[in-house]
Amino acid sequence: MTQHMSPPRDGTPRTAAGPAPAWRSLAARTDVRTLSLLGVLAALILIGSITKPDQFLDTRNLQLVLTQASVIGVVTVGMTFVIVSGGIDLSVGAIVALASVWATTVATQEYGFAGILFTAVVVGVGCGLVNGVLIAYGGMVPFIATLAMLASARGLALEITDGRTQIVTVQGILDLGERDSYVLGVPPLVLVFAAVTVIGWLVLNRTTFGRRTVAVGGNAEAARLAGIDVRRQRLHLYLLSGLCCGIAAFLLIVLSGSGQNTNGNLYELDAIAAAIIGGTLLSGGRGTITGSVLGVLIFTTITNIFALNNLQSDVQQIAKGAIIVAAVLVQRRTASTT
Amino acid sequence: MAPEPPLLSMDGITKSFPGVRALDGVDLDVQAGEVHCLLGQNGAGKSTLIKVLAGAHQPDTGTIRWLGEPVTLRSPIAAMRLGIATIYQELDLVEHLSVAENVHLGHEPTTAGFVVRGRAARASTAALLRRLGHPEIDPARPVGGLSAAQRQIVSMARALSHDVRLIVMDEPSAALDPDEVDNLFRIVGDLTADGVAVVHISHRLEEIRRIGDRVTVLKDGRAVAGGLPAKSTPTREVVALMTGRDVEYVFPARPPAAPGGPPVLQVQRLAREGEFEPLDLEVRPGEIVGLAGLVGSGRSEILETVYGARKPSAGRVLVDGRPLRPGSVRAAVRAGLGLAPEERKAQALLMLESVTRNVSVSSLSRFSRAGWIDRGAERGAARRATRELSLRPDNPAVPVRTLSGGNQQKAVLARWLLRGCRVLLLDEPTRGVDVGARAELYAVIRRLADEGLAVLLVSSEVPEVLGLADRVLVLREGRVVHTAPARELDEHRVLDLVMEGSPAS
Repeated sequence: MTQHMSPPRDGTPRTAAGPAPAWRSLAARTDVRTLSLLGVLAALILIGSITKPDQFLDTRNLQLVLTQASVIGVVTVGMTFVIVSGGIDLSVGAIVALASVWATTVATQEYGFAGILFTAVVVGVGCGLVNGVLIAYGGMVPFIATLAMLASARGLALEITDGRTQIVTVQGILDLGERDSYVLGVPPLVLVFAAVTVIGWLVLNRTTFGRRTVAVGGNAEAARLAGIDVRRQRLHLYLLSGLCCGIAAFLLIVLSGSGQNTNGNLYELDAIAAAIIGGTLLSGGRGTITGSVLGVLIFTTITNIFALNNLQSDVQQIAKGAIIVAAVLVQRRTASTT
Repeated sequence: MAPEPPLLSMDGITKSFPGVRALDGVDLDVQAGEVHCLLGQNGAGKSTLIKVLAGAHQPDTGTIRWLGEPVTLRSPIAAMRLGIATIYQELDLVEHLSVAENVHLGHEPTTAGFVVRGRAARASTAALLRRLGHPEIDPARPVGGLSAAQRQIVSMARALSHDVRLIVMDEPSAALDPDEVDNLFRIVGDLTADGVAVVHISHRLEEIRRIGDRVTVLKDGRAVAGGLPAKSTPTREVVALMTGRDVEYVFPARPPAAPGGPPVLQVQRLAREGEFEPLDLEVRPGEIVGLAGLVGSGRSEILETVYGARKPSAGRVLVDGRPLRPGSVRAAVRAGLGLAPEERKAQALLMLESVTRNVSVSSLSRFSRAGWIDRGAERGAARRATRELSLRPDNPAVPVRTLSGGNQQKAVLARWLLRGCRVLLLDEPTRGVDVGARAELYAVIRRLADEGLAVLLVSSEVPEVLGLADRVLVLREGRVVHTAPARELDEHRVLDLVMEGSPAS
């Protein structure tokens, strides 16, 4: 066997670390990243329990935290796919607003529960379709295309509502937000979030769609030369993000019992931030649903602890900013050791 | 005879990259006022050497002396301060800035240290352009609107805007028309008359004869001849120096009988405006057809156009007699084509991913039902494909970036093997592959052909094409100048063809 006698350097990796340590440390690092996020979350829970022992660990408060996390969480799952593919979607907040007001107009509410759900989802997917076509086939930069969508969807949402809050009168929707519909103490919104998370994880890790998403984000030229339809993949990714926005809009309607054109304000930043601290590379090619969801939970928990302690939202914003910077610095350090 | 030290002398320069020894003890000395030509095949180490000279790469060992004093070129700025200016093949100009802004980039004339004196910059740029014989270039125009030749002039002006003693030019004539080349050489003549030294890299022997004073020939990272007289050294001798090898590549034996049967790949009158002229070729199952030519001869462009990654301006590609949709990679892949591109990392590999995922990426539908990947089947198939090519280490779970160049190439081949591809397009298959690992890669390619694959091979390394291919097409500037069975050609003859365009006397 000449192969076995071939120079050993052919089997030796470029890194001095050697092959086995290199991939083991990769596996270890993935774990470390998730573990460190869990650690941060645990620390936050500890802080919450110490500063407000009665209120923080109260079931109702935990239900509230999870419910609040659900809306932005669903958006973040979609955003994670887009960022892993090397793109960005700045329009998610505006799409949530447009979908929530379109689904709560008097006309839509006449069609009841199904009408509202259907409209929210279709509006979300429709906006995603426009984004996707502009980016994948129109050759527009994702940043620009979704920025344009952000502006127009917000404008359209204002146009529809004329700035008024649209109260939901459909009983089925209102009931879904009530305690009676909690399943074993878990609000239905949280169940939807959990389902989206699980499905998102499976799609990203176990399907050809997920694999192609990672390939396009990791090296679009290589993906194209490997025979992947990069443009169609990109179109589908923005459709997916739009779909998640539609679902999130529906959750928001249930949560607030209304539709408002100010809904989803700055969701794009929260979702991107959650994905980034969860370990998703902004340049694409790497990212996990688990990390993103932990990122969402961390941010929501911080907001909750600050609110319970009567701290102003400006302090909150500063804390969030600091966490983003810290997370990215840690990531760069781990990346540079690769 | 004044014992004046040379302007520049490099002594025993070595530089290694992972898996490749790019420079293996190079000596070079350059006198003030001379045109010193660097000659060598692709991969001989020319680019690495000029990057060391420009301060872009740090040598592993060896000394550089400037006017007899040892110096360290820690950065491009350090090199510039000494008076070394480099004009790269891909010009490094900022498209949106004006000519004057480009010329003065990094050393703008300023008032109070930060207010750029635009008029002064334009005036001095205009003076430089006049000196270079191009007063028609407007210093206020953005560089983006200039022709390739004009950009070259702007790069020169930038070099001259520093107090330059040595200019390094990497194939400056490649993008120029004949009369533009004449102007360039006139400028070079003026500069050297002023005592500036020029290091000139070119593939064109006739240019070296015209303006060169001395020639240093590089081969496999070594200077095999230093300071030969450029005008009087016979072509034969120069070519022999470029090609004579210490390392004899081991090529696998060709099958005794020429492959028969109808061609699986047919290329008919395929052309791309400005890149290559109409080309016809056929490849039969079991046959390896090689395209030999230098950089700029259109080799990679031809392969990428056959593959659909570039849209042809004329002609067509047929697989099994059926024409492919032009400009569609997916149509080509579906018809059974596979490409191992020249820039493996940029064009083929997913560097963050495992070997398995790199191998399976083109065949995902085979391991999936309704989009759901059967990861066991995927792993098994990837393992079989990589084992068949003896990819090391024998563990497809490792990240592909930890592999050596040769094994990364095998991962790309495994991808197409797994896909069941029938026509393999190989663009510089051993680029960045260690000399020791090449023979194994050659054996793999030959074996794949013996198993019935049609292979179209592009390489700037003539021995590789001659040793591996059954039939060879020799290219020069986008045109096939010669076609022959590989065994009827030798390296000298091919080099004569690609460099002179006519058979050597």
